[in-house]
Amino acid sequence: MGSGSLIALIFAAVVFSAGGLAFAKFLNKGSTNPQKGETYECGIRTEGSPWNQFNVGYYLFALIFLIFDVELVFMYPWAVVAKKVGMMALFEIIVFIFILFMGFLYAHKKGALKWM
Amino acid sequence: MFSIENILNSFHEWLSSMLNQNMVMLLEMTLIAFFAITLFATLGLVLVYLERKVSAFIQIRKGPNRVGPFGIFQTTADTLKLIVKESFMPNSVDKFLYQLAPFIVMITAMLLLAPLPFARGVQIWNINIGVFYVTAVSSLSVIGILMAGWASNNKYSLLGAMRSGAQIVSYELSAGMAILSIIVLTGSLNLQDIIASQENGWWIFKGHIPAIVAFVIYIIAVTAETNRAPFDLAEAESELTGGFHTEYAGMRFALFFLAEYINIFIVCAIGATLFFGGWMPFHIGNWEAFNHVMDFIPSSIWFFGKTFFLIILIMWFRWTFPRLRVDQLLNLEWKYLLPISMLNLLVMTLIAIKGWHF
Repeated sequence: MGSGSLIALIFAAVVFSAGGLAFAKFLNKGSTNPQKGETYECGIRTEGSPWNQFNVGYYLFALIFLIFDVELVFMYPWAVVAKKVGMMALFEIIVFIFILFMGFLYAHKKGALKWM
Repeated sequence: MFSIENILNSFHEWLSSMLNQNMVMLLEMTLIAFFAITLFATLGLVLVYLERKVSAFIQIRKGPNRVGPFGIFQTTADTLKLIVKESFMPNSVDKFLYQLAPFIVMITAMLLLAPLPFARGVQIWNINIGVFYVTAVSSLSVIGILMAGWASNNKYSLLGAMRSGAQIVSYELSAGMAILSIIVLTGSLNLQDIIASQENGWWIFKGHIPAIVAFVIYIIAVTAETNRAPFDLAEAESELTGGFHTEYAGMRFALFFLAEYINIFIVCAIGATLFFGGWMPFHIGNWEAFNHVMDFIPSSIWFFGKTFFLIILIMWFRWTFPRLRVDQLLNLEWKYLLPISMLNLLVMTLIAIKGWHF
Protein backbone atom coordinates (compact mmCIF):
# COMPACT_ATOMS: atom_id res chain seq x y z
CA MET A 1 0.00 0.00 0.00
CA GLY A 2 1.15 3.50 -0.74
CA SER A 3 0.41 6.82 0.89
CA GLY A 4 -3.30 6.02 0.63
CA SER A 5 -2.84 3.98 3.76
CA LEU A 6 -2.33 7.21 5.71
CA ILE A 7 -5.85 8.28 4.79
CA ALA A 8 -7.07 4.87 5.92
CA LEU A 9 -5.25 5.22 9.23
CA ILE A 10 -6.53 8.75 9.89
CA PHE A 11 -10.01 7.51 9.04
CA ALA A 12 -9.57 4.58 11.43
CA ALA A 13 -8.43 6.89 14.25
CA VAL A 14 -11.35 9.27 13.74
CA VAL A 15 -13.88 6.44 13.51
CA PHE A 16 -12.47 4.75 16.59
CA SER A 17 -12.44 7.92 18.69
CA ALA A 18 -15.73 9.36 17.46
CA GLY A 19 -17.41 5.96 17.61
CA GLY A 20 -16.28 5.45 21.18
CA LEU A 21 -17.43 8.90 22.23
CA ALA A 22 -20.79 8.51 20.49
CA PHE A 23 -21.32 5.10 22.06
CA ALA A 24 -20.49 6.50 25.51
CA LYS A 25 -22.89 9.37 24.87
CA PHE A 26 -25.59 6.91 23.84
CA LEU A 27 -25.14 4.83 27.00
CA ASN A 28 -24.98 7.75 29.38
CA LYS A 29 -27.36 10.68 29.34
CA GLY A 30 -25.61 12.41 32.26
CA SER A 31 -27.02 14.56 35.03
CA THR A 32 -27.08 18.28 35.68
CA ASN A 33 -25.72 19.87 38.80
CA PRO A 34 -24.51 23.46 39.31
CA GLN A 35 -21.23 22.33 40.88
CA LYS A 36 -20.50 19.76 38.19
CA GLY A 37 -19.08 22.07 35.57
CA GLU A 38 -16.65 23.87 37.85
CA THR A 39 -12.92 23.70 37.26
CA TYR A 40 -11.26 20.99 39.31
CA GLU A 41 -9.11 22.35 42.12
CA CYS A 42 -9.01 19.85 45.01
CA GLY A 43 -12.23 21.10 46.54
CA ILE A 44 -11.60 24.83 46.77
CA ARG A 45 -12.87 27.48 44.37
CA THR A 46 -10.40 28.27 41.59
CA GLU A 47 -8.74 31.68 41.73
CA GLY A 48 -7.95 33.58 38.55
CA SER A 49 -7.42 32.18 35.11
CA PRO A 50 -4.51 30.00 33.97
CA TRP A 51 -4.67 31.71 30.56
CA ASN A 52 -2.12 34.19 31.73
CA GLN A 53 1.60 34.92 31.63
CA PHE A 54 3.70 31.84 32.10
CA ASN A 55 7.20 31.01 33.33
CA VAL A 56 9.73 32.02 30.66
CA GLY A 57 12.01 29.06 31.49
CA TYR A 58 9.98 26.74 29.29
CA TYR A 59 10.28 29.07 26.29
CA LEU A 60 14.07 29.27 26.64
CA PHE A 61 14.27 25.50 26.41
CA ALA A 62 11.94 25.58 23.43
CA LEU A 63 14.22 28.08 21.68
CA ILE A 64 17.36 26.02 22.26
CA PHE A 65 15.45 22.95 21.15
CA LEU A 66 14.55 24.66 17.91
CA ILE A 67 18.23 25.24 17.06
CA PHE A 68 19.19 21.66 17.80
CA ASP A 69 16.18 20.23 16.03
CA VAL A 70 17.04 22.06 12.84
CA GLU A 71 20.54 20.69 13.23
CA LEU A 72 19.12 17.19 13.62
CA VAL A 73 17.03 17.57 10.47
CA PHE A 74 20.18 18.66 8.64
CA MET A 75 22.04 15.61 9.91
CA TYR A 76 19.58 13.05 8.51
CA PRO A 77 20.68 13.39 4.86
CA TRP A 78 24.28 13.54 6.07
CA ALA A 79 23.88 10.27 7.98
CA VAL A 80 22.52 8.49 4.91
CA VAL A 81 25.56 9.31 2.76
CA ALA A 82 28.25 9.44 5.48
CA LYS A 83 29.52 5.93 4.81
CA LYS A 84 29.87 6.54 1.07
CA VAL A 85 31.58 9.93 1.38
CA GLY A 86 34.16 8.59 3.83
CA MET A 87 36.50 10.50 6.12
CA MET A 88 35.51 13.86 4.63
CA ALA A 89 31.98 13.41 6.01
CA LEU A 90 33.34 12.80 9.50
CA PHE A 91 35.57 15.86 9.28
CA GLU A 92 32.72 18.05 8.11
CA ILE A 93 30.31 16.90 10.78
CA ILE A 94 32.97 17.48 13.45
CA VAL A 95 33.26 21.09 12.28
CA PHE A 96 29.46 21.39 12.19
CA ILE A 97 28.94 19.93 15.65
CA PHE A 98 31.85 21.97 17.02
CA ILE A 99 30.26 25.24 15.93
CA LEU A 100 26.90 24.19 17.36
CA PHE A 101 28.50 23.03 20.54
CA MET A 102 30.10 26.46 20.98
CA GLY A 103 26.61 27.96 20.76
CA PHE A 104 25.39 25.40 23.24
CA LEU A 105 28.23 26.31 25.65
CA TYR A 106 27.35 29.99 25.22
CA ALA A 107 23.73 29.30 26.15
CA HIS A 108 24.91 27.27 29.11
CA LYS A 109 27.27 30.06 30.23
CA LYS A 110 24.46 32.62 29.96
CA GLY A 111 22.36 30.46 32.27
CA ALA A 112 19.69 29.52 29.75
CA LEU A 113 19.89 25.89 30.80
CA LYS A 114 19.56 26.64 34.50
CA TRP A 115 16.09 25.96 35.85
CA MET A 116 14.63 28.99 37.68
CA MET B 1 6.58 -21.63 2.48
CA PHE B 2 3.51 -20.85 4.52
CA SER B 3 3.93 -17.28 5.74
CA ILE B 4 1.88 -14.15 6.36
CA GLU B 5 3.60 -12.46 3.44
CA ASN B 6 2.45 -15.16 1.00
CA ILE B 7 -1.08 -15.12 2.35
CA LEU B 8 -1.26 -11.34 1.95
CA ASN B 9 0.17 -11.45 -1.56
CA SER B 10 -2.18 -14.17 -2.75
CA PHE B 11 -5.10 -12.36 -1.11
CA HIS B 12 -4.13 -9.22 -3.03
CA GLU B 13 -3.92 -11.17 -6.29
CA TRP B 14 -7.23 -12.86 -5.62
CA LEU B 15 -8.89 -9.49 -5.03
CA SER B 16 -7.27 -8.00 -8.13
CA SER B 17 -8.54 -10.85 -10.28
CA MET B 18 -12.12 -10.28 -9.13
CA LEU B 19 -12.51 -6.52 -8.84
CA ASN B 20 -11.16 -3.44 -10.61
CA GLN B 21 -8.24 -1.47 -9.24
CA ASN B 22 -10.11 1.24 -7.37
CA MET B 23 -12.34 -1.24 -5.62
CA VAL B 24 -9.31 -3.29 -4.55
CA MET B 25 -7.67 -0.19 -3.16
CA LEU B 26 -10.82 0.86 -1.32
CA LEU B 27 -11.28 -2.60 0.12
CA GLU B 28 -7.66 -2.82 1.21
CA MET B 29 -7.86 0.60 2.84
CA THR B 30 -10.93 -0.53 4.77
CA LEU B 31 -9.07 -3.67 5.81
CA ILE B 32 -6.09 -1.60 6.97
CA ALA B 33 -8.38 0.63 9.01
CA PHE B 34 -10.03 -2.43 10.50
CA PHE B 35 -6.65 -4.01 11.25
CA ALA B 36 -5.38 -0.80 12.87
CA ILE B 37 -8.48 -0.48 15.09
CA THR B 38 -8.23 -4.13 16.12
CA LEU B 39 -4.54 -3.75 16.89
CA PHE B 40 -5.26 -0.63 18.93
CA ALA B 41 -7.96 -2.26 21.01
CA THR B 42 -5.98 -5.46 21.56
CA LEU B 43 -2.77 -3.66 22.44
CA GLY B 44 -4.62 -1.39 24.85
CA LEU B 45 -6.14 -4.35 26.65
CA VAL B 46 -2.92 -6.40 26.68
CA LEU B 47 -0.56 -3.61 27.70
CA VAL B 48 -2.69 -2.32 30.57
CA TYR B 49 -3.05 -5.87 31.89
CA LEU B 50 0.68 -6.44 31.43
CA GLU B 51 1.55 -3.26 33.25
CA ARG B 52 -0.61 -4.19 36.23
CA LYS B 53 0.79 -7.70 36.34
CA VAL B 54 4.41 -6.52 36.00
CA SER B 55 3.96 -3.92 38.71
CA ALA B 56 2.33 -6.51 40.95
CA PHE B 57 5.18 -8.91 40.30
CA ILE B 58 7.76 -6.27 41.19
CA GLN B 59 5.92 -5.22 44.35
CA ILE B 60 5.31 -8.85 45.37
CA ARG B 61 1.53 -8.54 45.02
CA LYS B 62 -0.93 -10.61 43.04
CA GLY B 63 -2.28 -7.88 40.83
CA PRO B 64 -5.67 -8.29 39.11
CA ASN B 65 -6.86 -11.85 39.80
CA ARG B 66 -10.65 -11.76 40.19
CA VAL B 67 -12.17 -11.10 36.77
CA GLY B 68 -11.62 -14.23 34.70
CA PRO B 69 -8.68 -16.63 35.02
CA PHE B 70 -5.62 -14.73 36.31
CA GLY B 71 -7.65 -11.56 35.97
CA ILE B 72 -7.27 -11.40 32.21
CA PHE B 73 -10.67 -9.75 31.79
CA GLN B 74 -9.82 -6.99 34.25
CA THR B 75 -8.98 -4.47 31.52
CA THR B 76 -12.13 -5.42 29.60
CA ALA B 77 -14.12 -4.59 32.72
CA ASP B 78 -12.20 -1.33 33.11
CA THR B 79 -12.95 -0.42 29.51
CA LEU B 80 -16.65 -1.10 30.12
CA LYS B 81 -16.50 1.18 33.13
CA LEU B 82 -14.86 3.94 31.07
CA ILE B 83 -17.50 3.61 28.36
CA VAL B 84 -20.48 3.85 30.69
CA LYS B 85 -18.97 6.81 32.54
CA GLU B 86 -20.12 10.22 31.44
CA SER B 87 -17.41 12.09 29.52
CA PHE B 88 -18.62 15.48 30.64
CA MET B 89 -17.06 18.83 29.88
CA PRO B 90 -16.46 21.56 32.48
CA ASN B 91 -18.09 24.93 31.77
CA SER B 92 -15.00 27.07 31.48
CA VAL B 93 -13.04 25.07 28.88
CA ASP B 94 -12.25 26.11 25.32
CA LYS B 95 -14.83 23.76 23.85
CA PHE B 96 -13.39 23.26 20.37
CA LEU B 97 -9.77 22.58 21.39
CA TYR B 98 -10.87 20.51 24.38
CA GLN B 99 -12.77 18.16 22.11
CA LEU B 100 -10.13 18.16 19.37
CA ALA B 101 -7.16 17.23 21.58
CA PRO B 102 -7.92 13.50 22.07
CA PHE B 103 -8.42 13.15 18.33
CA ILE B 104 -5.01 14.69 17.58
CA VAL B 105 -3.29 12.36 20.02
CA MET B 106 -5.11 9.33 18.61
CA ILE B 107 -4.46 10.23 14.98
CA THR B 108 -0.77 10.70 15.72
CA ALA B 109 -0.55 7.32 17.42
CA MET B 110 -2.44 5.69 14.56
CA LEU B 111 -0.29 7.29 11.83
CA LEU B 112 2.83 5.90 13.46
CA LEU B 113 1.65 2.38 12.67
CA ALA B 114 2.17 2.93 8.94
CA PRO B 115 5.91 2.23 8.52
CA LEU B 116 6.21 -0.51 11.19
CA PRO B 117 7.39 -3.84 9.76
CA PHE B 118 5.30 -6.35 11.72
CA ALA B 119 6.77 -9.43 10.04
CA ARG B 120 8.69 -10.40 6.92
CA GLY B 121 7.05 -8.41 4.13
CA VAL B 122 4.17 -7.22 6.32
CA GLN B 123 4.14 -3.44 6.41
CA ILE B 124 1.32 -1.00 5.85
CA TRP B 125 3.43 1.50 3.95
CA ASN B 126 6.98 0.72 2.84
CA ILE B 127 8.13 4.35 2.87
CA ASN B 128 11.76 5.06 1.96
CA ILE B 129 12.20 7.64 4.76
CA GLY B 130 10.61 5.40 7.40
CA VAL B 131 12.74 6.44 10.38
CA PHE B 132 12.45 10.11 9.52
CA TYR B 133 8.68 9.73 9.18
CA VAL B 134 8.48 8.20 12.64
CA THR B 135 10.52 10.97 14.30
CA ALA B 136 8.54 13.63 12.45
CA VAL B 137 5.07 12.27 13.21
CA SER B 138 5.80 11.27 16.79
CA SER B 139 6.68 14.87 17.66
CA LEU B 140 3.16 15.92 16.60
CA SER B 141 1.62 14.32 19.67
CA VAL B 142 3.02 17.14 21.80
CA ILE B 143 0.57 19.47 20.02
CA GLY B 144 -2.34 17.37 21.21
CA ILE B 145 -1.01 17.37 24.76
CA LEU B 146 -0.42 21.15 24.83
CA MET B 147 -3.87 21.64 23.30
CA ALA B 148 -5.49 19.50 26.00
CA GLY B 149 -3.61 21.28 28.78
CA TRP B 150 -4.32 24.77 27.56
CA ALA B 151 -7.95 24.21 26.61
CA SER B 152 -8.84 22.69 29.98
CA ASN B 153 -8.56 26.10 31.67
CA ASN B 154 -7.10 24.48 34.75
CA LYS B 155 -3.76 25.26 36.37
CA TYR B 156 -2.87 21.62 36.88
CA SER B 157 -3.54 20.86 33.24
CA LEU B 158 -1.55 23.81 31.95
CA LEU B 159 1.45 23.02 34.17
CA GLY B 160 1.36 19.38 33.15
CA ALA B 161 1.13 20.26 29.48
CA MET B 162 3.99 22.76 29.65
CA ARG B 163 6.19 20.31 31.49
CA SER B 164 5.29 17.62 29.01
CA GLY B 165 6.08 19.93 26.11
CA ALA B 166 9.50 20.91 27.48
CA GLN B 167 10.27 17.28 28.24
CA ILE B 168 9.17 15.78 24.95
CA VAL B 169 10.99 18.32 22.80
CA SER B 170 14.16 18.02 24.90
CA TYR B 171 14.39 14.26 24.82
CA GLU B 172 13.53 14.12 21.15
CA LEU B 173 17.04 15.41 20.43
CA SER B 174 18.96 12.61 22.07
CA ALA B 175 16.52 10.02 20.74
CA GLY B 176 17.17 11.46 17.28
CA MET B 177 20.95 11.29 17.81
CA ALA B 178 20.71 7.66 18.93
CA ILE B 179 18.65 6.82 15.85
CA LEU B 180 21.14 8.67 13.64
CA SER B 181 24.02 6.55 14.86
CA ILE B 182 22.26 3.48 13.45
CA ILE B 183 21.41 5.33 10.23
CA VAL B 184 25.11 6.10 9.77
CA LEU B 185 25.82 2.37 9.91
CA THR B 186 23.07 1.32 7.51
CA GLY B 187 23.11 4.29 5.14
CA SER B 188 19.36 4.08 4.62
CA LEU B 189 16.25 5.46 6.27
CA ASN B 190 14.04 2.64 5.04
CA LEU B 191 13.07 0.32 7.89
CA GLN B 192 13.19 -2.75 5.63
CA ASP B 193 16.74 -1.88 4.54
CA ILE B 194 17.75 -1.40 8.15
CA ILE B 195 16.40 -4.84 9.01
CA ALA B 196 18.05 -6.38 5.94
CA SER B 197 21.40 -4.96 7.05
CA GLN B 198 21.12 -6.97 10.29
CA GLU B 199 20.95 -10.32 8.55
CA ASN B 200 24.28 -11.47 10.00
CA GLY B 201 23.70 -10.08 13.48
CA TRP B 202 21.84 -7.29 15.24
CA TRP B 203 23.34 -3.83 15.40
CA ILE B 204 23.49 -3.86 19.18
CA PHE B 205 26.02 -6.72 18.89
CA LYS B 206 27.70 -5.65 15.67
CA GLY B 207 28.18 -1.98 16.51
CA HIS B 208 30.48 -2.40 19.51
CA ILE B 209 30.12 -0.11 22.54
CA PRO B 210 28.74 2.96 20.66
CA ALA B 211 25.69 0.91 19.63
CA ILE B 212 25.05 -0.10 23.23
CA VAL B 213 25.47 3.52 24.38
CA ALA B 214 23.07 4.61 21.63
CA PHE B 215 20.57 1.97 22.75
CA VAL B 216 20.72 3.08 26.39
CA ILE B 217 20.26 6.72 25.35
CA TYR B 218 17.37 5.74 23.10
CA ILE B 219 15.58 3.83 25.85
CA ILE B 220 16.00 6.68 28.34
CA ALA B 221 14.84 9.23 25.78
CA VAL B 222 11.75 7.32 24.68
CA THR B 223 10.77 6.67 28.29
CA ALA B 224 10.77 10.44 28.72
CA GLU B 225 9.04 11.04 25.40
CA THR B 226 6.13 8.78 26.28
CA ASN B 227 5.79 10.52 29.67
CA ARG B 228 6.48 7.34 31.60
CA ALA B 229 7.81 7.19 35.14
CA PRO B 230 10.51 8.12 36.20
CA PHE B 231 9.87 10.98 33.76
CA ASP B 232 6.10 11.24 34.31
CA LEU B 233 6.20 14.89 35.40
CA ALA B 234 3.45 15.70 32.96
CA GLU B 235 0.92 13.84 35.07
CA ALA B 236 2.74 13.54 38.38
CA GLU B 237 -0.21 12.34 40.48
CA SER B 238 1.12 13.64 43.77
CA GLU B 239 1.68 17.17 42.43
CA LEU B 240 -0.71 17.79 39.57
CA THR B 241 -3.50 15.24 40.25
CA GLY B 242 -3.81 14.18 36.59
CA GLY B 243 -1.55 16.55 34.68
CA PHE B 244 -2.78 17.53 31.24
CA HIS B 245 -5.83 15.24 31.43
CA THR B 246 -7.10 16.38 34.83
CA GLU B 247 -10.31 17.72 33.29
CA TYR B 248 -10.92 14.77 31.02
CA ALA B 249 -13.30 12.02 32.06
CA GLY B 250 -14.81 8.85 30.68
CA MET B 251 -14.16 7.99 27.06
CA ARG B 252 -12.05 11.09 26.33
CA PHE B 253 -9.68 10.13 29.11
CA ALA B 254 -9.64 6.57 27.78
CA LEU B 255 -8.48 7.86 24.40
CA PHE B 256 -5.50 9.65 25.99
CA PHE B 257 -4.71 6.60 28.04
CA LEU B 258 -4.89 4.30 25.03
CA ALA B 259 -2.74 6.59 22.89
CA GLU B 260 -0.12 6.63 25.63
CA TYR B 261 0.14 2.85 25.64
CA ILE B 262 0.15 2.66 21.84
CA ASN B 263 3.00 5.17 21.82
CA ILE B 264 4.97 2.93 24.17
CA PHE B 265 4.41 0.03 21.80
CA ILE B 266 5.49 2.08 18.80
CA VAL B 267 8.70 3.45 20.29
CA CYS B 268 9.60 -0.03 21.50
CA ALA B 269 8.89 -1.45 18.05
CA ILE B 270 11.16 1.17 16.48
CA GLY B 271 13.86 0.46 19.07
CA ALA B 272 13.56 -3.26 18.39
CA THR B 273 13.79 -2.62 14.65
CA LEU B 274 16.85 -0.39 14.87
CA PHE B 275 18.89 -2.20 17.50
CA PHE B 276 17.51 -5.76 17.61
CA GLY B 277 16.74 -6.37 13.97
CA GLY B 278 12.94 -6.12 13.96
CA TRP B 279 11.55 -9.35 12.55
CA MET B 280 15.03 -10.64 11.69
CA PRO B 281 15.72 -13.86 13.61
CA PHE B 282 18.80 -14.11 15.80
CA HIS B 283 21.64 -14.73 13.36
CA ILE B 284 25.33 -15.05 14.08
CA GLY B 285 27.68 -14.20 11.20
CA ASN B 286 27.95 -17.17 8.85
CA TRP B 287 26.91 -19.97 11.16
CA GLU B 288 24.66 -21.47 8.51
CA ALA B 289 23.16 -24.26 10.60
CA PHE B 290 22.41 -22.05 13.60
CA ASN B 291 20.88 -19.35 11.41
CA HIS B 292 18.74 -21.90 9.64
CA VAL B 293 17.41 -23.28 12.91
CA MET B 294 16.54 -19.74 14.03
CA ASP B 295 14.65 -19.13 10.78
CA PHE B 296 12.10 -21.73 11.80
CA ILE B 297 10.66 -19.36 14.42
CA PRO B 298 8.19 -17.12 12.54
CA SER B 299 9.29 -13.54 11.96
CA SER B 300 6.20 -12.04 13.61
CA ILE B 301 7.06 -13.87 16.85
CA TRP B 302 10.55 -12.38 16.73
CA PHE B 303 9.14 -8.91 16.19
CA PHE B 304 6.57 -9.05 18.96
CA GLY B 305 8.96 -10.85 21.28
CA LYS B 306 11.59 -8.14 20.99
CA THR B 307 9.03 -5.36 21.24
CA PHE B 308 7.47 -6.82 24.36
CA PHE B 309 10.91 -7.35 25.87
CA LEU B 310 11.54 -3.61 25.51
CA ILE B 311 8.06 -2.76 26.81
CA ILE B 312 8.67 -4.85 29.92
CA LEU B 313 12.03 -3.11 30.32
CA ILE B 314 10.28 0.28 30.29
CA MET B 315 7.66 -0.97 32.75
CA TRP B 316 10.46 -2.21 34.97
CA PHE B 317 11.92 1.34 35.01
CA ARG B 318 8.64 2.68 36.28
CA TRP B 319 8.70 0.61 39.43
CA THR B 320 12.44 0.91 40.04
CA PHE B 321 13.33 4.59 39.84
CA PRO B 322 11.80 7.48 41.79
CA ARG B 323 10.40 10.41 39.85
CA LEU B 324 12.83 13.17 38.86
CA ARG B 325 12.32 16.86 39.61
CA VAL B 326 11.78 19.06 36.58
CA ASP B 327 15.22 20.71 36.88
CA GLN B 328 16.92 17.33 37.26
CA LEU B 329 15.02 16.11 34.24
CA LEU B 330 16.18 18.96 32.03
CA ASN B 331 19.74 18.76 33.41
CA LEU B 332 19.91 15.08 32.58
CA GLU B 333 18.98 15.77 28.99
CA TRP B 334 20.89 18.96 28.24
CA LYS B 335 24.02 18.44 30.32
CA TYR B 336 24.52 14.69 30.03
CA LEU B 337 22.52 12.87 27.37
CA LEU B 338 22.87 15.41 24.55
CA PRO B 339 26.69 15.87 24.72
CA ILE B 340 27.18 12.13 25.23
CA SER B 341 24.95 11.26 22.29
CA MET B 342 26.75 13.79 20.06
CA LEU B 343 30.13 12.30 20.95
CA ASN B 344 28.74 8.83 20.53
CA LEU B 345 27.50 9.71 17.06
CA LEU B 346 30.98 10.88 16.07
CA VAL B 347 32.59 7.67 17.35
CA MET B 348 29.96 5.65 15.54
CA THR B 349 30.63 7.56 12.31
CA LEU B 350 34.35 6.77 12.62
CA ILE B 351 33.54 3.08 13.12
CA ALA B 352 31.12 3.04 10.18
CA ILE B 353 33.52 4.78 7.79
CA LYS B 354 36.53 2.69 8.78
CA GLY B 355 34.40 -0.46 8.62
CA TRP B 356 35.39 -1.58 12.10
CA HIS B 357 31.94 -3.02 12.84
CA PHE B 358 31.30 -6.69 12.16
